[in-house]
Amino acid sequence: MTTHIVSPKLYVAVFLMLLALTALTTFVAFFDLGPFNTVAAMTIAVVKALLVVLFFMHVRYSEHLVRVFVVAGLFWLAILITLTMSDVLTRGVG
Amino acid sequence: MSEITTGSALAHQFDDAQQQQQAATLGMWVFLCTEVMMFGGLFTGYVVYRNAYFAGFAAASHRLDVTLGAINTAVLITSSFTMAMAVHSAQTGKRTALTGFLLATMLLGGVFLSIKGTEYASKFHEHLVPGPDFEFDPLLRRQAYVFISFYFAMTGLHALHMVVGLGLLGWLVVGTVRKRFTAAYHTPVEIVGLYWHFVDIVWIFLFPLLYLIERHHR
Repeated sequence: MTTHIVSPKLYVAVFLMLLALTALTTFVAFFDLGPFNTVAAMTIAVVKALLVVLFFMHVRYSEHLVRVFVVAGLFWLAILITLTMSDVLTRGVG
Repeated sequence: MSEITTGSALAHQFDDAQQQQQAATLGMWVFLCTEVMMFGGLFTGYVVYRNAYFAGFAAASHRLDVTLGAINTAVLITSSFTMAMAVHSAQTGKRTALTGFLLATMLLGGVFLSIKGTEYASKFHEHLVPGPDFEFDPLLRRQAYVFISFYFAMTGLHALHMVVGLGLLGWLVVGTVRKRFTAAYHTPVEIVGLYWHFVDIVWIFLFPLLYLIERHHR
């Protein structure tokens, strides 16, 4: 069996990347990029979340069943947000 | 490291320790999926109203303290790192390091909640709390009210998760001191680690969504 043991060096690298991305997202927010401000903020947040999920939460090394559940959770979240917004944005509500 | 020899570590319904460990991990992920749905409802509501009330959301977001928000993001990320190191220490059977990293994680969690507390206090002083005392530019008052309501609901639910996490970490410290965890058996440490990282991820999205709307204005 043996659960995969991630080396502390990799944890440090991920940690430093997360800190750098936090600085980057804060820095970028003070420039006017039009609609791309939101795109940049969300892209950086997704990258950060992926780093945490894959390395800190060991999904990169986990068995397939766990991955199926992770993807299923995110898939339902995507349905929730996408279908809601496709409704809201096309009805002229609000 | 020694194999599992005690009956307390392996429940009778499992074939072996590996199966038990996998079942626990999968169970935690199922729970985290329900958490995604719970926070997902709030996030979806937020996206709907941010789209409808963008001007008010931007104006109210400017009243939040970006510096404290960014510092808290860094604090929480650091706590995730110390949590990951705690799991590593448990996997390699280093009990002293495990205790140290668990306590460091608790300390950072406490720092996060303290900073959050001072932010909340300043919102009360500035009358930026949902309720009859809410004060804002009359033009955007209603929209800003919705933003601030989302701010308190989302950061409040997140803070509640932090408090629960601190309790779980305290329980792990007690278990570590009582020598419950070994390199062969440390599932509780891994499971609480998953929870703690999940709470970190929620904040990774809350920070840009709440604090960083249209910051380049002014």
